[in-house]
Amino acid sequence: MTDAPLLSVHDLSVRFGALAAVDGVSFDLWPGEVLAIVGESGSGKTTLLRAIHGFLRPTAGSIRYRSDRFGEVELTVLDEPRRRLLARTEWGFVHQNPRDGLRLSHSAGANVGERLMAAGARHWGNIRAQALVWLDRVEIDQARIDDLPRTFSGGMQQRLQIARVLVINPRLVLMDEPTGGLDVSVQARLLDLIRRLVAELGLSVIVVTHDLGVARLLAQRILVMQRGRVVEAGLTDQVLDDPQHPYSQLLVSSVLAA
Amino acid sequence: MSDPAIVVEGLAKTFTLHLQGGVRLPVLRDLSLAVFPGECLALVGPSGAGKSTLLRALYGTYLPHGGRILVRHHGELIDIASADPRRILAIRRDTVGYVSQFLRVIPRVPARAIVAEPLVHRGESEQAALRAADAMLARLNLPERLWHLPPATFSGGEQQRVNLARGFIAPYPIMLIDEPTASLDAVNADIALSFIEEARVRGAAIVGIFHDPAVRRRVATREFALAPLAEAA
Repeated sequence: MTDAPLLSVHDLSVRFGALAAVDGVSFDLWPGEVLAIVGESGSGKTTLLRAIHGFLRPTAGSIRYRSDRFGEVELTVLDEPRRRLLARTEWGFVHQNPRDGLRLSHSAGANVGERLMAAGARHWGNIRAQALVWLDRVEIDQARIDDLPRTFSGGMQQRLQIARVLVINPRLVLMDEPTGGLDVSVQARLLDLIRRLVAELGLSVIVVTHDLGVARLLAQRILVMQRGRVVEAGLTDQVLDDPQHPYSQLLVSSVLAA
Repeated sequence: MSDPAIVVEGLAKTFTLHLQGGVRLPVLRDLSLAVFPGECLALVGPSGAGKSTLLRALYGTYLPHGGRILVRHHGELIDIASADPRRILAIRRDTVGYVSQFLRVIPRVPARAIVAEPLVHRGESEQAALRAADAMLARLNLPERLWHLPPATFSGGEQQRVNLARGFIAPYPIMLIDEPTASLDAVNADIALSFIEEARVRGAAIVGIFHDPAVRRRVATREFALAPLAEAA
């Protein structure tokens, strides 16, 4: 436990015309913590994630981030060059669709290496060695390093995206439905991999998911979002086993037990 | 007598079922108790009396609607009912252990890693934690060829032995135990009960649900009776 949050979101709103996609959301993320944001499609959870990363500009509110290199910064007013530097060196974003997070016309090794170079690595031999290590960590055969990701299965592509994101040892990782488009058997492998890497690297993670099983497996805390607002927040087992809000109760009771 | 490890004062818990038109189910009302180190308190009462609800409230899984649940964490009494999630997680890491009725299986994680996890969370090296896990699994007679396999395909009794090994691997000052022997044969049930006795002798404060009267007579030092609220009123 550290005594200051890594990220503090306060009263954040994102409006699209008359629609408040994110409406007055506040929460803290602590170092080493995994926070799940759950809710159905249209609840605003992905918009919230994209606003934190800077893909979208919030309409109101603040996002304070404790940076390694800049100290505490207010992301909603941060200049673009510094925001990009943070995105390259301290953050990672895992897209639901690996094709949004990979360069399909570059080899697997180049996908991992490019991110290292963007973070400042220059020595080609080291970069290739690191790429090999990371392919192994995400359980991709090292012999595939020069293959194009488009020859990979969906599960392999998602594991390659995770290698690309984690290779720079980010402090903050944002994941948008990381297991979304995958078969159940492939999901289990990916979840186990994410769980292990998050623990080994001590990552701080916000994971957006509509799958409560993913939230239970990965997260210590949960926020439940409905129509842009956080309607319930708490410990994962408390929210899932004793949900208080009508919408949380609906989500939990809608899950089919296997 | 030493200071209590758990103090519950005026605890109330009502479930509100919003999907059933807001039906309110009161389960606990004005419940108070104290548990001291070296005690094993057995919760007794018919099903529906709130035994499991009380146990889950003590662990912070169920949110009370009134009263306080004080647990002694690093010498200080902390109210679980109002503590923030990070504090509750620290309490679960260092102070309060929970042995559930069933193992929650995690895909692909081998039995010995599941057992070792509480020690790893406390900062022990992975190697030392795995050694301790192996010793626990050996004591519970789980065949060694299973240690490296994920327990998803294990029998109920084998899964419960993994669960017990995990539950008792760390020396928690407070232990909450729900039906530890339900799916075990006599030999392994006996080992599970000796885990409870050993924990109590080293000074743990234990609260448990034990349906089998013989089990209760062996491990419990005191009983606490609960009754369904409608009948109690």
